[in-house]
Amino acid sequence: MQQQELKEGVNIGVNAGEKGMVQVFSIPKSMKENFRYTFCPGCDHGIAIRLVAEVIDELGIREDIISSTSVGCAVFLYDFLEVDCVEAPHGRALASATGVKRARPDKVVFTYSGDGDFASIGLAESMHTALRGEKVTSFCINNTTYGMTGGQLGPTTMMGQVTTTSPTGRNKEYFGYPIKVAEHIALCDGTAYSARVALDSVPHINEAKKAIKKAFQVQLDGLGFGFVEILSSCPTNWHMTPEEAHERVRNEMIKVFPLGVFKDVSA
Amino acid sequence: MADKSNEKVLIKGNYAIAQAAINAGCQCYFGYPITPQTEIGEYLSGKMQELGRAYVCAESELGAINMVMGAVSTGVKAMTSSSSCAVSLMQEALSYASSDELPVVLVNVMRTGPGLGYIYPAQGDYNQAVYGGGNGDYKLIVLAPSTVQECVDLTYRAFYLAQKYRNPTMILADGLLGQMMEPASFGEYPYPEVDVSSWALTGAKGRDARKIYSVATDEKKQIQHIYDLHKKFEVIAENETTYEEFNTEDADIVLVAFGSMTRNIKAAMNVLRAKGKKVGCFRPVTLSPFPYKALKSLADKGKDLVVVEMNMGQMLKDVKYAVEGKVNVSFVSRPCGEWLSVEEIVDAVEDIMVSNTSKSIQPGSVKEVSYAAARA
Amino acid sequence: MGKIIIDNNRCKSCYICTTTCPKGLIKKSSKTNRLGDYMVEFDDPKGECIGCAMCAKRCPDMAITEVYR
Repeated sequence: MQQQELKEGVNIGVNAGEKGMVQVFSIPKSMKENFRYTFCPGCDHGIAIRLVAEVIDELGIREDIISSTSVGCAVFLYDFLEVDCVEAPHGRALASATGVKRARPDKVVFTYSGDGDFASIGLAESMHTALRGEKVTSFCINNTTYGMTGGQLGPTTMMGQVTTTSPTGRNKEYFGYPIKVAEHIALCDGTAYSARVALDSVPHINEAKKAIKKAFQVQLDGLGFGFVEILSSCPTNWHMTPEEAHERVRNEMIKVFPLGVFKDVSA
Repeated sequence: MADKSNEKVLIKGNYAIAQAAINAGCQCYFGYPITPQTEIGEYLSGKMQELGRAYVCAESELGAINMVMGAVSTGVKAMTSSSSCAVSLMQEALSYASSDELPVVLVNVMRTGPGLGYIYPAQGDYNQAVYGGGNGDYKLIVLAPSTVQECVDLTYRAFYLAQKYRNPTMILADGLLGQMMEPASFGEYPYPEVDVSSWALTGAKGRDARKIYSVATDEKKQIQHIYDLHKKFEVIAENETTYEEFNTEDADIVLVAFGSMTRNIKAAMNVLRAKGKKVGCFRPVTLSPFPYKALKSLADKGKDLVVVEMNMGQMLKDVKYAVEGKVNVSFVSRPCGEWLSVEEIVDAVEDIMVSNTSKSIQPGSVKEVSYAAARA
Repeated sequence: MGKIIIDNNRCKSCYICTTTCPKGLIKKSSKTNRLGDYMVEFDDPKGECIGCAMCAKRCPDMAITEVYR
């Protein structure tokens, strides 16, 4: 089983000159040369971007991609991926992506944003893009907080979670409830694929890659909007070590934001 | 029906803008309804589908302008249209588009403000259009048509200038012009196609990946970028500033207006000339870049100016800035609604020629009311 | 028999790899990188690494740049 999963990795079977050895992992070709992530230590953005790059490599679509990123830690995608990218104001990545796709229907268009961007300031744009069934792919990194500004209460902050703007923890009277993005997007008729994945363990990372690939595939097949919500850790703003942060994803987040595929019209 | 022939057709301003956009090669329209510009979107909805071009009923003006940004980033021509309070929603994107150097084309068919206002025509968005409602140092190119024919001509020009200078460009019309029917001819799109291949996003095939963005985490780069934008606008000002002058040579007093009000100051000028008064007209076609030099040369010749606007004195400040205090600049205005009539302007100007007092004129009356009285 | 290559210029010392390796072959080093962080090092004297690449898959910075089997 593990063998098969590993075969999804790029460059498998390429003999790198090591005597009797085969390279089973390498940096995806779609990454920029000599990139160096500017994220905090242990941040899952790095893994998510790598998975996106691996999928782009496997589908052979790098040269056809025009991506759109908006504001937040996610914006720096364009410093790491060797794909065309247009910036959008905070929350408007999917409006921008709609414009790109309508102007160039032959291109592969994707957005990469955080939960604040996708599901708070940009919820109208995100949901209407799904409702219109735009043939674009979108990834939303859910780390239950606003990471770039230092860990404030966001749309996905969990009940009881302490942030710099919910110092006594999120409670329903004062702050209301978090949004379950993947389920909401799955309810939109134009959505072809909606899934939630996590990056806290190798099996979950493998599942995440499959979902990312599927979200691109529904676009390539012209089926509609492809969406993946990626549960991600934010060790810095959670005040945890990277490993503790992944334990929180595993033990707390997944209970609130269950993993799974919520819609797949191709299934 | 309107097409590319040179024949004149009777057509509404909003429809003229829409058809001109089609002729100019606008591939994508994104919009959200708001009176008094809704006809632009209505006209284009069917036409764009017929032509196999893109049309999206956006979820909001925020969505619409950002869709335009996405579309034009790929090198195609695209536009949106809206009106005053909804153009306010687009200011953030215009600031981004300026920094990203995206050739966004936006039509603002002005209604009344501030706030929701009402659908009365007005010219209250001059400041927002010319000085920008978004953050940071940026400038739009702003073109102000005064006739339905100019709705066509300046729409053509807007698409050209936007791509030529990679600068967001606004057509600043008003409700009067949008709803007015007048003869206009379209003809072919008169400008050359601009080569966008050096920057447009088309997928990183056979070249390095391109990114269009406004954030520079390096201070020097950010500073240089703002200088570059500024220098670009100086070139635009040098090359593209346009205006009209009528009878200014022998005039003692020159009326200054933009957009639809140009029509009424021209008529008032004719009435006053018939009465033996030496009156001329001046009208900026580009509000940004503004024709400072041309107005200064009028001032250098000692001609007093009367600015006539449907707002509380927005272009007035630019005119005063241009003439550097050398001549008297008076002001005739109404904030919105019933357009200042020719009679009202004539009366006001005659009065100004005697007393040099600015006027704010209440509707429904030819009688002038002084600025202070109008406010009280 | 496997082998990994670590790019310590990319490593930000999150140490996820040290707990991920099923055989405990990646260890915190006593050396520091240009950021002043203690680096990690691949220490496999007995040739226990099977090249499962789990470390590389979980490394958030792609500092484990190559895995061989």
